[in-house]
Amino acid sequence: MPTINKRISEEIRAQARKLLEEGEVAAVLGYGAGSLPMTVKPLVVRRPEDCSKLIWSAFCVLNLANYLPAALKSVEPPRGPRDPKHEGPLPKVAILATGCWSRNIVVQIQEHQVARGRVVVMGVGSRGMVSRRKVEALFPGLEILAVEEGDHELVVRGADFAETINRWSVVRDNCQSCTHPDPVLVDLRIGEPVSERKNPNPFKQVEEIEQQSGDERWAWFTREFSTCIRCYACRNACPLCYCPTCFVDDAKPQWVGKSLDAVDTGLFHVLRAYHCAGRCTDCGTCETVCPMGINMRLLTKKLNKDVLNLYNIEAGMEPDSPLPLTTYTMDDPEKFIITELTPVPRAVKEGK
Amino acid sequence: MSETNNWEPKIIAFLCNWCSYAGADLAGVSRFQYPPNIRIVKVPCSGRVSENMIMSALKSGADGILVSGCHPGDCHYISGNYFAKRRFALLSNLLDFIGIEPGRVSFSWVSASEGEQFAEVVHSVTERVKALGPASRLVKQLDAVQAA
Repeated sequence: MPTINKRISEEIRAQARKLLEEGEVAAVLGYGAGSLPMTVKPLVVRRPEDCSKLIWSAFCVLNLANYLPAALKSVEPPRGPRDPKHEGPLPKVAILATGCWSRNIVVQIQEHQVARGRVVVMGVGSRGMVSRRKVEALFPGLEILAVEEGDHELVVRGADFAETINRWSVVRDNCQSCTHPDPVLVDLRIGEPVSERKNPNPFKQVEEIEQQSGDERWAWFTREFSTCIRCYACRNACPLCYCPTCFVDDAKPQWVGKSLDAVDTGLFHVLRAYHCAGRCTDCGTCETVCPMGINMRLLTKKLNKDVLNLYNIEAGMEPDSPLPLTTYTMDDPEKFIITELTPVPRAVKEGK
Repeated sequence: MSETNNWEPKIIAFLCNWCSYAGADLAGVSRFQYPPNIRIVKVPCSGRVSENMIMSALKSGADGILVSGCHPGDCHYISGNYFAKRRFALLSNLLDFIGIEPGRVSFSWVSASEGEQFAEVVHSVTERVKALGPASRLVKQLDAVQAA
């Protein structure tokens, strides 16, 4: 009996081939095998015969929604700035999507980055993606040459060892705390739907920090982000970051300095996270691609928690509703407003 | 530090053109004195104040930041301050989360007719910032930059 992911891979190939052969889509956005163990690479398939390159595994950690706007653009017929608009419908792109990625696509639709009619969402229920870093941490000093994937276990092989480990124990933190593993937007279902996961406290990691004192939190923040090398991988891998000029590249005014100074890196991370407020779906890609292993996801998770508590909105759950920061209600909480005012001392009042 | 005794905080105040700035004006006209620690930046609307501006002021060495706009419902642009309210709520929580002292960045609503309230707001903000002392978190220091 082939494993669940093997069956899903087969189904993806068959469906992608069918879509391309029938001319329903011009390209399929999926994953191909990576060059190292436990890696995959994003793959755009344009010919039916290339569909055999598509794979699905527990290591599909890059968010495909990040490549969707560019993929849609690439299949459009070439058009100069003065050429007339293309007549008739533009070609479509099919994309693989689990819960969080489908919510990112919803956010892209809400923000008019992607036209709903041009996307065919191939929905896959997520069983949680495995963190390569967590697996490597189990084998310090050893080189992992291959990882075989079972349904509930992973067989890790090196030059002179082979060990079976529990799959869930090495699943990424964001997948472990995920409550919506099944895609919210599905045009074509791949595999079996996955039920909503009951998680008593999806914000446990955030609350652990919140319970600390202000000084401890500041110590945590400076320590966590001190190793940042400003490679901007977190920004580049994020499907929310599509501004033509990012605030970090602004020169006048220069919001954030370009040095490795702790203040500059700190400001970058605070503002980057804040720009994802109400839009982040906790896909964990920023954290996964970080070469320094910084847990910057905790900042966006904190914002997700506040958006849910204050406005009762989870990003990307409903395509027809507005994003939390583009709307308001008359009775939004305003606890942060100063209420305790010091009366002006009398002498000062009279100008003495 | 002996300088601490004479230390006076620098507070950047982003005031909306239609209410809070007029409120500051009224405080002046009505001769309500308030501490001279605030440096006013006039903005069209509290909705104009972005997180980049607030953080940039902090980075550049402001000891305190005050953002003030029209009361909800009174916005000259109908709804600018409602959007600002959502954004500031999230920002102040995030700043608290990373350990920026509560009171560094303050928000208030002051209308054009509230000259006395404006003086009170500036008083309380200045008191809070004075109690916190000079800002050090997320403030860019030249010697640290040179060392990095």
